[in-house]
Amino acid sequence: MRLIMRTLGVASLTLVLTVLAGCERPPIETVQTGFRGTAMVQVYNPRTLAKQAPLNAAPAVPEAASADGPKAKDIYKNVKVLGDLSVAQFTRHMLSITQWVAPEAGCAYCHNLENLADDSKYTKVVARRMIEMTQRINSDWKQHVAQTGVTCYTCHRGNNIPQQVWYAPKDRKYANSLLGDLAGQNQPARSVGLTSLPFDPFTPFLLNAADIRVNGNEAMAMKGTAANRHSTKQAEHTYGLMVHMSESLGVNCTYCHNTRNFQAWDESRPQRVTSWYGIRMARELNNDYLKPLTEAFPRNRLGPQGDVAKVNCTTCHQGAYKPLYGAPMAKDFPELQALAAK
Amino acid sequence: MAQYQNLFTTVQPVGPLHDGVALPRGDDQRSGTPFLFHLLGRLGNAQIGPIYLGSLGVASLLFGTFAFNIIGFNMLASVDWNPIQLVRQLFWLALEPPPPQYGLSIPPLAQGGWWLVTGFMLTVSILLWWARTYRRARQLGLGTHVAWAFAAAIWLYLVCGFFRPIMMGSWSEAVPFGIFPHLDWVSAISLRHGNLFYNPFHALSIVFLYGSVLLFAMHGATILAVSRFGGEREIEQIVDRGTASERAALFWRWTMGFNATMESIHRWAWWFAVLCPLVGGIGILLTGPVVDNWYLWSVKHHVVPAYPQIMPAVLDPALLGVKP
Repeated sequence: MRLIMRTLGVASLTLVLTVLAGCERPPIETVQTGFRGTAMVQVYNPRTLAKQAPLNAAPAVPEAASADGPKAKDIYKNVKVLGDLSVAQFTRHMLSITQWVAPEAGCAYCHNLENLADDSKYTKVVARRMIEMTQRINSDWKQHVAQTGVTCYTCHRGNNIPQQVWYAPKDRKYANSLLGDLAGQNQPARSVGLTSLPFDPFTPFLLNAADIRVNGNEAMAMKGTAANRHSTKQAEHTYGLMVHMSESLGVNCTYCHNTRNFQAWDESRPQRVTSWYGIRMARELNNDYLKPLTEAFPRNRLGPQGDVAKVNCTTCHQGAYKPLYGAPMAKDFPELQALAAK
Repeated sequence: MAQYQNLFTTVQPVGPLHDGVALPRGDDQRSGTPFLFHLLGRLGNAQIGPIYLGSLGVASLLFGTFAFNIIGFNMLASVDWNPIQLVRQLFWLALEPPPPQYGLSIPPLAQGGWWLVTGFMLTVSILLWWARTYRRARQLGLGTHVAWAFAAAIWLYLVCGFFRPIMMGSWSEAVPFGIFPHLDWVSAISLRHGNLFYNPFHALSIVFLYGSVLLFAMHGATILAVSRFGGEREIEQIVDRGTASERAALFWRWTMGFNATMESIHRWAWWFAVLCPLVGGIGILLTGPVVDNWYLWSVKHHVVPAYPQIMPAVLDPALLGVKP
């Protein structure tokens, strides 16, 4: 009898500990962001933040170079962007980009060292287009990046390829079999925070422009063309995208929304407007800058379906509500601010 | 004197094992020789078996096994026939209903056809099991309370997987067969229809759900507390109250001014339990076919409180005609 009770006790204690092992260890800190009683709070764990802070620190900025002297386009050959910089500024930029993108491979990652003007390495072609992309973001997407702006480092963080990019997901091995249709979901996918939501919310929303809004503006179900035809499955896709944004920024739903009514803008926080532009920005970058580069990349740089690496919110944010916690890095690189004169 | 201040049942009276009352002609034989299992006796009755299957039970198990296997093999195929991954990812896996473009037509097997087949098999299995609970109760001379309570649960099941999808004109609206996926469906249908918390039938359903829990706790605690006076002989005490009933009633009159009786408490419990899926099903059936957005519906009916504006006003950028 005693033995049975003891065994049961140990078994239930083990069960409780096993279940608790899935929990996050306190402390949990909350920051109120809305009217009391509306649950508009952000939840943080200081340990997680302490771990994340150094990962999102901006690197030291080299001293500004003199704008005097001859321009880069007059001295060097085949300078298509950044040609209006002085030679000193141009050199400073090249050194910075090396630190940001190819600190180990150095200049040779993009350049043929025999002839720096040569375009034979695909990395140089891609880098040029990426500089144009950065200029486009900083000059035309201020609704999303504001005056903070972005540099190559915002995404690259010292890696040749930003660590957080997305490809069209790989099909399962027996994708054409009679059994086991995934319906694009029901796998523990990192892209949607390990939920079983649709694991590729990027193709429909950040490449194509499928409807993100599934809510209607009428209380009652309408008929004909006035009816809101969005399905529950579409809601799951939107939900997947939102989980991705929440994971990317390290924030709760209430960072942007009042969750009693996700759709209403007048109850949302201004951050929602910023991320609305962010979605459109990512979509434009994927379609206008990255997709056209597909041919430029060698096969081993492409995804399992032969598509180019593309951006989503995590590419820049990497777990921080603002990339690099809003360090205004771009102001020290004015050449990345304005579109270069063609 | 038996003590009732334990987590587990401490009293296990053991008599000669028996099959139970004789079954009428036309019924099958019960299968299995009854035996005692002490540990189970700590939770329920220690006697296991015999079990009555009969034609309804066998048919129900047959259909249920088909459904279970179709779901299982689809899950196994979805992880490329890897049994380890089946176990690891089990909570995430599912058999999904067809995509929206198929409406109410019959989709190919690989694209939701299996879901339709499984739904049919499982529904038949559940309905046969319902008939079995009804018929077994009748054979024992019981009332059919259990069968009707089960029917309330079946109502909610059919609303989610059959009636509502038909009213919405699309099988895709139905619930997937999977652990997390069916929970995601619950969240998604709420998000799609402007927050189910503003659905009054959902609210009522929660009242009956939590109410059932509360009543269960109150009743269980009361009977255990008066069992030292023979309070567990509830049915006799309906007509012959005795000191246990009197004390229990007095306790609740003292603490909250009102008390149930030995009869009425069971009616309360039954109705609370049954009304939970009953009103919940009504709420789900209205969600989509009648009401598209419960939040806006609640605004219309003045049940949404307004909060002071403490943040800068935010405008939908899509309305500004912004074409960035």
